[in-house]
Amino acid sequence: MIRIYVPRDSAARAVGADEVADAIMAEAAAQKISIQIIRNGSRGMMWLEPLVEIETPKGRVAYGPVEVGDVNSLFKSKFHEGGKHKLSLGLTEEMPYLKNQERLTFARCGITDPLSLSDYISLGGFVGLKKALSMKGAEIVTEVTTSGLRGRGGAGFPTGIKWKTVHDAKADQKYVCCNADEGDSGTFADRMVMEGDPFMLIEGMTIAGIAGGATIGFIYIRSEYPDAIRTMKDAIRIANTAKWLGQNIQGSEHSFSLEVRTGAGAYICGEETAMLDSLEGKRGMVRPKPPIPALHGLFGKPTIINNVLSFAAVPYILAEGGKAYENYGMGRSRGTLPFQLAGNIKHGGLVEKAFGITLRQLIEDFGGGTATGKPLRAVQVGGPLGAYLPEAQLDLPMDYEAFATAGAMVGHGGVVVFDESVDMAAQARFAMEFCAIESCGKCTPCRIGSTRGVEVIDKIVAGIERDENLLLLDDLCQTMIDGSLCAMGGLTPMPVQSAIKYFPEDFDRPAKMVAAE
Amino acid sequence: MSGKHTLIDVRVTKPDAASIIASRYDNRPDALLEILHDLQAEMGFVPEASLPVLAKALNISRAEVHGVISFYHDFRRKPAGRHIVKVCRAEACQSMKGNELAEAAEKTLKVKFGETTSDGAITLEAVYCLGLCATSPSMLVDERPYGRMTPKKFKALVEELAS
Repeated sequence: MIRIYVPRDSAARAVGADEVADAIMAEAAAQKISIQIIRNGSRGMMWLEPLVEIETPKGRVAYGPVEVGDVNSLFKSKFHEGGKHKLSLGLTEEMPYLKNQERLTFARCGITDPLSLSDYISLGGFVGLKKALSMKGAEIVTEVTTSGLRGRGGAGFPTGIKWKTVHDAKADQKYVCCNADEGDSGTFADRMVMEGDPFMLIEGMTIAGIAGGATIGFIYIRSEYPDAIRTMKDAIRIANTAKWLGQNIQGSEHSFSLEVRTGAGAYICGEETAMLDSLEGKRGMVRPKPPIPALHGLFGKPTIINNVLSFAAVPYILAEGGKAYENYGMGRSRGTLPFQLAGNIKHGGLVEKAFGITLRQLIEDFGGGTATGKPLRAVQVGGPLGAYLPEAQLDLPMDYEAFATAGAMVGHGGVVVFDESVDMAAQARFAMEFCAIESCGKCTPCRIGSTRGVEVIDKIVAGIERDENLLLLDDLCQTMIDGSLCAMGGLTPMPVQSAIKYFPEDFDRPAKMVAAE
Repeated sequence: MSGKHTLIDVRVTKPDAASIIASRYDNRPDALLEILHDLQAEMGFVPEASLPVLAKALNISRAEVHGVISFYHDFRRKPAGRHIVKVCRAEACQSMKGNELAEAAEKTLKVKFGETTSDGAITLEAVYCLGLCATSPSMLVDERPYGRMTPKKFKALVEELAS
């Protein structure tokens, strides 16, 4: 039986993976070739999706991007035996894009059927949890602290300290909440984990539960991710049946239950306190801090809240030891980050590397430059609240502190590339507009400031009292930074001010009405 | 037991979708979003009449139910088209001519974002990121993802949906 892999990741489905799988099945049946199609996760080389792989004695060989129209000729070239074809990419594991990565979190993604528990276990799954089941909560916390892991959602808060706070808190009930409201444009690593290796997230959250003394967990997934929601729910059901979740996990004294909750199209619910309100069935309004969620979180109880990638890093840390993870990285940014190359980039996809790699290495060596082939003009790192950086800044190393010093942020590791056709005044306007649409409305600088920001940028672009309005915009941005309750209003000025700083020419157009006289 | 039926009696004897769905979640107020999602999946929107039903079932105020429905972009107060087309308007898609796709969508369907075509076939909505940022520009039709879209592909897809 020939094993053929066609990804089920939604990025692959978006470019026809389902149809390709059907066509391969039909053609194999017509030619009476016995095959088995496995719908695996994505390898993260999105420009090659749908990426079809064949298992051969030498290893898996890849073909892509495969369209339905290619299936006939693929069979003619005997691709099912690893034959040469114009879409041949050779051995998957030898492809430089994959080979040059340091995949700790994404070690399994794309290799297996995401919902096969036996595949998961045979590739090292649950080794970390098995260890954790025999450890004291405090010992797990120490291991995570040693790893140097920091919150992968963007804020970069040390995970060990957060877990210790919950561990030390006394309460009749504690919770673990996974923030899977991955709303930043240019990011899809959380989605790939949930669709491609869901048991890893379950394992990481369960370990967090044991560490903090929490027995109930929630995964808050945005409704824009229907595939991830389905896969996660299926994985939880399978894990429950196999006693990797629920009462007395694997016969131990530890119990942990897990439930998926679906967001409803509100970007602000990616902010942890707004997410808590949403999980309680309320409007996603930001809560003032303190009290911190670690002490006063879901339903007022101590709660570990982490991003998908933070939890997903934990099984490796427990299995290999905190020190093994800490060995990667630079400065205070330890371990690896799954970067996401997106937008106008030739080789878009997921690149997991240790911190310290430069933006240029990511965009040029891995990404191959712009998709359009035109010169790169701007890069937005860290989602809609991240800075726009010019070509001259590409040698910045990916490191929380280096980025903060440069007035930018690493965020969730999303890198969106723009070519020379981009209008940076329009991008700055969009940042304010997006904030106006998505603000929860609790604090004035964010709610009103964003609307005023759109208006002021419109005036600047129209050339109306340009200098005065640029001053006014700067003042408005400062007010939003200083006076907003959370990062939504506090960081919206980052893309706006960086656009003005690095691309002033886009804000300096001939005055229309005034100077024309 | 007079056997007299008013209009309201008739409605009460018919099982109410909102209360059935709420009871599936043990009438837990924290499950309100899940309940609203399920209700919308069944009815196509959240009917006004379900507000007091949900408020009573979950033991919260009508204002709270209303507040949640109006806060989240997903929940609709009016019926939508047979298909929901969500076009991504966020940065990564913008960098790959997403704005041209959005304009073409409005032009092809002859509606603005947030509106439904006159034949009731398609509701066009904006969405901010589908996590398909390396196959931009992207969109979602009902729950099916589409990447590397062009105005031409959009037109062909819409014709397929309408037929």
